[in-house]
Amino acid sequence: MIEIKDVYKTFGENEVLKGISAQFKPGQNNLIIGGSGSGKTTLLKCIVGLHEPTKGTVLFDNQEFTHMNFEERVPIRKEIGMLFQNSALFDSMTVEENIMFPLNLFTDQSLSEKRDRANFCLERVNLKDKNKLFPSELSGGMKKRVGIARAISMQPKYLFVDEPNSGLDPKTSILIDELIAELTEEYKITTVIVTHDMNSVMGIGDHIIFLHQGKKWWEGSNKEIAHTDNQELNDFVFASKFMRAAKSKL
Amino acid sequence: MREMVSVGVGSLGIICIISVFIGAVATIQVAFQLASPLVPKSIAGSISRDSTILEFSPTISALVLAGRVGSSMASEIGTMRVTEQIDALEIMGVNAPGYLIAPKIIAGISMVPLLVIISVILGLTGGYIACIVTGSIAPTEYIAGLQDGFNSVIVTVCAVKAVVYGFLITSICSYNGFYTEGGALEVGQSATRGVVYSCIMILFADLMVSSLLL
Repeated sequence: MIEIKDVYKTFGENEVLKGISAQFKPGQNNLIIGGSGSGKTTLLKCIVGLHEPTKGTVLFDNQEFTHMNFEERVPIRKEIGMLFQNSALFDSMTVEENIMFPLNLFTDQSLSEKRDRANFCLERVNLKDKNKLFPSELSGGMKKRVGIARAISMQPKYLFVDEPNSGLDPKTSILIDELIAELTEEYKITTVIVTHDMNSVMGIGDHIIFLHQGKKWWEGSNKEIAHTDNQELNDFVFASKFMRAAKSKL
Repeated sequence: MREMVSVGVGSLGIICIISVFIGAVATIQVAFQLASPLVPKSIAGSISRDSTILEFSPTISALVLAGRVGSSMASEIGTMRVTEQIDALEIMGVNAPGYLIAPKIIAGISMVPLLVIISVILGLTGGYIACIVTGSIAPTEYIAGLQDGFNSVIVTVCAVKAVVYGFLITSICSYNGFYTEGGALEVGQSATRGVVYSCIMILFADLMVSSLLL
């Protein structure tokens, strides 16, 4: 389980996060939603240690991560997988080498074992025959799937996903969501997803946190979201005519 | 190894071309200025040798390498920064500066001296070719001048300059790339800034090494 306690983050004069606390449980798709500039990605970066919170703490299974030094964080980092908004695949490496990269760093497996693991992960994301291609030869959806394969190659306990649906067509977007949800349930991973895609919210949002103006404005599940009377959340989730029509049928 | 090939083999062509021309031009100009019958013609070979080894080969090669290698390093690392590849390394617990920058610095301080050695040889060869083609001085006098009054300290100075330049180019450009913020535009700006700062620091280091060692 991941727990964040009273997290603040300030950039110069700009206070982006204002005392956010939450718990993210394993085997659940934990979604962080909110409008542009609400602090979603900053919160995610504070959780994974790419930003240091100005105040507050982040705990991974009761181990305080925030105040650990680089070396102390390594054992926890081994258990973290992350899918970035632009996939962040290493351009100079093939798909297979990208997936084997964390294995090279943290395991003493033989080359054939690492290859087997990489191919298993690729098969898991339905990209079996793409292992020798370079990232530049892949479509956006394929890159996301390779990113997921790399993120799960170390069998992580925690999976972080930043805007998994950005730049994808609706069909591929649903495939990626389903894949993340499937992996979360199968491996009992603590998954934290930052998104503003309403299909994701309604489809896989087991636990949702809505950020507004740097604060946690609402917390609940996708089943509760349709019946909330929170004005800001309603304005955000049901901004489109389509979503309003869908809500009226619920 | 990949970085060494990129810095060394990748820059060999341009270094060869500029070195031959610099050596040739230096010899012709020195021979032109020493037109007095009181000065032996072979002195043009000596002056050409010293200026090629001390200044032209290391410094001009370094300025060219700052443009070729430095901009490539800054933009490569800058692109990795803006496409979150460096964040991905950090998430995996990799010491990103050590993983990305250290091999480039090692490649710089090992390959730039090799390139400078090649540049010196080709520069002196260029001077010899200029003697044959233009006839400004006789090739035998040029060879005699090259061998006359050779002081090995100039080779030491040349080697020290090459190592310092290799370090400056790779570290300054990598640093500028690593701390890129923004997008494609900022990557270009980082590369430009890296090259400009490298060139300034090369010239400053040239002055410092020359004043300390000569």
